[in-house]
Amino acid sequence: MATSKRSYRHFDNSEMRNMSTFRNSDIVSIRDLSKESIEQIMDLAERMIPYARGEKKTRVLEGRILANLFFEPSTRTRLSFESAMVRLGGEVLDVSYPLMTSVAKGETLADTIRMVESYADVIVLRHPHEGAARLAAHFSTKPVINGGDGAGQHPTQTILDLFTIRREKGKIEGMNVVMVGDLKYGRTAHSLAEALALFGAHLWLVAPQNLQMPKETIKEVERLGQKPKLASKLEEVIAEADVLYVTRIQRERFPDPSEYLKVAGSYRIDKSILREAKKDLIIMHPLPRVDEIAPEVDNTPHARYFQQAFNGVPVRMAILLLLLGVDVNEGF
Amino acid sequence: MKDFRVTPIRNGTVIDHIECGMALKVLRIIGVDGEKIHSTVSVLMHVPSKKAGWKDVVKVEDRELDPSEVDKIALISPRATINIIRDFNVAEKYKVRLPDVVRGIVRCGNPNCITNLSEPVEPEFVVECKDPPILRCIYCDRILENISDHII
Ligand SMILES: [Zn+2]
Repeated sequence: MATSKRSYRHFDNSEMRNMSTFRNSDIVSIRDLSKESIEQIMDLAERMIPYARGEKKTRVLEGRILANLFFEPSTRTRLSFESAMVRLGGEVLDVSYPLMTSVAKGETLADTIRMVESYADVIVLRHPHEGAARLAAHFSTKPVINGGDGAGQHPTQTILDLFTIRREKGKIEGMNVVMVGDLKYGRTAHSLAEALALFGAHLWLVAPQNLQMPKETIKEVERLGQKPKLASKLEEVIAEADVLYVTRIQRERFPDPSEYLKVAGSYRIDKSILREAKKDLIIMHPLPRVDEIAPEVDNTPHARYFQQAFNGVPVRMAILLLLLGVDVNEGF
Repeated sequence: MKDFRVTPIRNGTVIDHIECGMALKVLRIIGVDGEKIHSTVSVLMHVPSKKAGWKDVVKVEDRELDPSEVDKIALISPRATINIIRDFNVAEKYKVRLPDVVRGIVRCGNPNCITNLSEPVEPEFVVECKDPPILRCIYCDRILENISDHII
C-alpha cells in the first residue's frame, strides 16, 4: 500500500511551498492544493509555453513513461496529457477506452492500478465513477493524476481555467467572473467556483433556477470570503463581466424537451448579447461546445476557448515535471 | 423520575439520552432486532428529559458495547451517554464521541461512488461536524445525507 506517498486531503501550505513536496504526490482534487501550490504550478506552466508550442525543445523527461488509463473517452484530456509528456521527451502508454474496458473486465480498479503502475512512472486516470482517482492514488506507489472521475473532480481542468484567466487578464483577484449554464451537475463548475473564490475573484452565477449552483458550494465560496451573486438572466450581468465562463446545459436534465429549448436558447452567447459587454471581456468554455456559443463569436476579440484548450498543455507539463521530481530550476 | 417503568439492571449497558425516536435504530445497531437475543432488553421511548425535553433510553442486560457500535450510535444520536452497569452500580459513564475519521461503519450514499463497487476498500469519511454529524466521503467528496439509512 502507498505509504511513501501523500494522497490525502489538504496539504499543509507551508510544506507545499517547498517544490520537492510535490514529488511523488497525487493530484486528485483541487481541494488538496493550497493557493501557493496552484500558483507554483501556474508559474511553471508560464515558463512551459514556448515548449508547449514547440518553439523550444527539451528532453528532460526522457525515459519516463506516462500511462493514460482511460475507462471512458475524453479525447481532449487524453491528447493534452500525451502532448505534454511528448513535448518533455517522455513516452506515453495509451491504455484507453475501449481497450481498457476489455482489459479490466471483472477486475477491480485496485488491481488494474497495481498492474499499470509497474509499467509507468505516472498515471493519468479517467474513470466513470466518483472517487476512482482517490482510490487509485491509495493503491498506487506512483503519482496519480485525476483526469476526471464521473461527475467528480477534474483538477487539471480547474488549474488550466485559472491559468487562462491569469494569463489573459493579468490577475484573478478582483475579476468579475460570470459563470453561466448548468452549474448544478457539473462538479468541475463547483471546483472552479471554489478555486476562483480562493483567488479572490467576484462571482456571478447565472443559471436557470433548477440548475443553479448547489448551496454547499456557495457556502464554501462564502467561507473563502466571497459573496457570490445569483442571477437567472445573462442580460442582467453581462455588462459587469471581465470573464464569461460558459458551460453546457444538457438536454437530459430536462424531462420536457420544450423546456430545454427555452432555457438553452436563453443562454446562447451570440454577438447581440455581447453588445453590452466590456471591450476586454473574455469568453471561456471547457470544450466541446454544442451550440452554447454561436460560431460568429469565434472571430471576436472575446473568444478565448481555443487558447484555453491549448493552455491545458503547459499546465499539464508543469504538473508532470513537479510530480516526477524534476529540478525545474535547471535546464529551462 | 421516581416511578421508573423499568427495573434497574444488575449488569449491562444503559444507553441514555438517545435522540427521541432513535431507540429502534439503536437496537438495530447493537444487533438485538433479530432472533439472537439472549438477554433482556428494555426500551423507553419518549421519556421526559431535563436537557432535551424528550429522549429515548435503551437498557441491555449482560452486554457491553464494542467501539464501532458506540461510533454508530454517535452518528444517529450525538448526545447519547453510555452507562456501564456492574452489580447495580454505574461502573463507567461516558458520552458517545465521533472520531475525526469514520471507517467501515457507514456506506457512501452516492450510488456512483467507487466505494459502492466491489473494490477492496472500506468506505471512509471525514467527520466535518460532530453534532449534528456531517460526514464527507474521502473518495467521492460528497456529504452523506440520511446517515442512519447508510449504517452498515
Ligand atoms: Zn463516496
